[in-house]
Amino acid sequence: MKNLWEIFYKGLFDQNPIFRLALSLCPALAVTSNVYNALAMGLSVMFVITANNVVVSIFRKWVNPKVRVPVYITSIATIVTVLILTLQAYLPDVYKELYLYLNLIVVFAIILARAEVFAAKNPVFPSFLDGLGMGAGFAGAMVFIAIVRELFGNGTLMGMQVFGASYDPALIMILPPGGFIVIGLMIASFNLIGEHQAKLKEAKQGSDA
Amino acid sequence: MEEYLKLFVASAITNNMVLTQFLGLCIFFGVSKNLNASIGMGMAVTSVMTISTLLAWAVYNYVLHPLGLEVLMLITFVVLIAGLVQLLEMVIKKHAPALYNMWGIYLVLIATNCVVIAVPITNAESHNGFMTSFVLAIGSGVGFALALILMASLREKLQYADVPKSLQGLGISFILAGMLALSFFGFSGMITL
Repeated sequence: MKNLWEIFYKGLFDQNPIFRLALSLCPALAVTSNVYNALAMGLSVMFVITANNVVVSIFRKWVNPKVRVPVYITSIATIVTVLILTLQAYLPDVYKELYLYLNLIVVFAIILARAEVFAAKNPVFPSFLDGLGMGAGFAGAMVFIAIVRELFGNGTLMGMQVFGASYDPALIMILPPGGFIVIGLMIASFNLIGEHQAKLKEAKQGSDA
Repeated sequence: MEEYLKLFVASAITNNMVLTQFLGLCIFFGVSKNLNASIGMGMAVTSVMTISTLLAWAVYNYVLHPLGLEVLMLITFVVLIAGLVQLLEMVIKKHAPALYNMWGIYLVLIATNCVVIAVPITNAESHNGFMTSFVLAIGSGVGFALALILMASLREKLQYADVPKSLQGLGISFILAGMLALSFFGFSGMITL
């Protein structure tokens, strides 16, 4: 049971797709200028990664290793098409806003990487959890970036005023250049926290010895 | 003619793929450590993008659209581009080994890359004509190459800078890209389509 929890949990922090692995950065910048879009995109990716992990895991014994990549890509493309058609029917606003980036989920490195690294070698349920964890880590990071950008760039959260009308928004945050700078600083702070933790650990080991 | 020129400048500079639409960031940050590699990659992306856009345009307008199979667009484009890149790799390896040594590794990298697939999708979605698609592909490719080469040159200078430890590597590269994006942003409004 503990093992299963770890499979889910590692995607959230230790192997966070955006901050730790620096994979699939395109959407992390492109759709994070407001929280609503970031959440929609994050959940879409979570759905695709989980569904694809399950499919790959079910068929893992029948797929010849030589043709595995085309098989995975076809599976991902099918799932993405299903997702896009569903969104087009039920959430047309989201579809219109995210159209290009939804299509590009097909070529996200993180999805192919999870299929290859995890789902191709593990049974269905752990693969499902792995996809869910990685997807949640991705969605969480997206929302986190979007909160910072929307809050400072527009003074709102999910469209609601937070700072009051007298706040003069730093427009650069929601413009493309701001996206780069925010992510750069976030990666740096993740590194800083990592360094600090390593130092603490070292100090603790030193006092134990 | 003028309208195509406008489209070219717009897709290369004001709507730059990397710096305003955030496409192809993996390659952008991965390859820009080295100036020579950036030049090779920029050329490889431009040529693959142009060829695959034309091919995808033909397939979409003569096969998928008449048959009402737009739903299959995504799968078709992915398979088409991956196949094309594989084919190009084999042809170049056989007939131009020198070129292959320069470009070979980049070709494989762009097989499934978001820059290369974004342009055909945009064209299909906005029902662009042949010339428009062609110009858009070349413009986007040149814009990508331009951003990549500029970034690589900046990062070479960065090697002599004293960067705080936690910012080193990806962190400072992102901030640098932000500055570059800011300067490209200065061109916006110059051309409106």
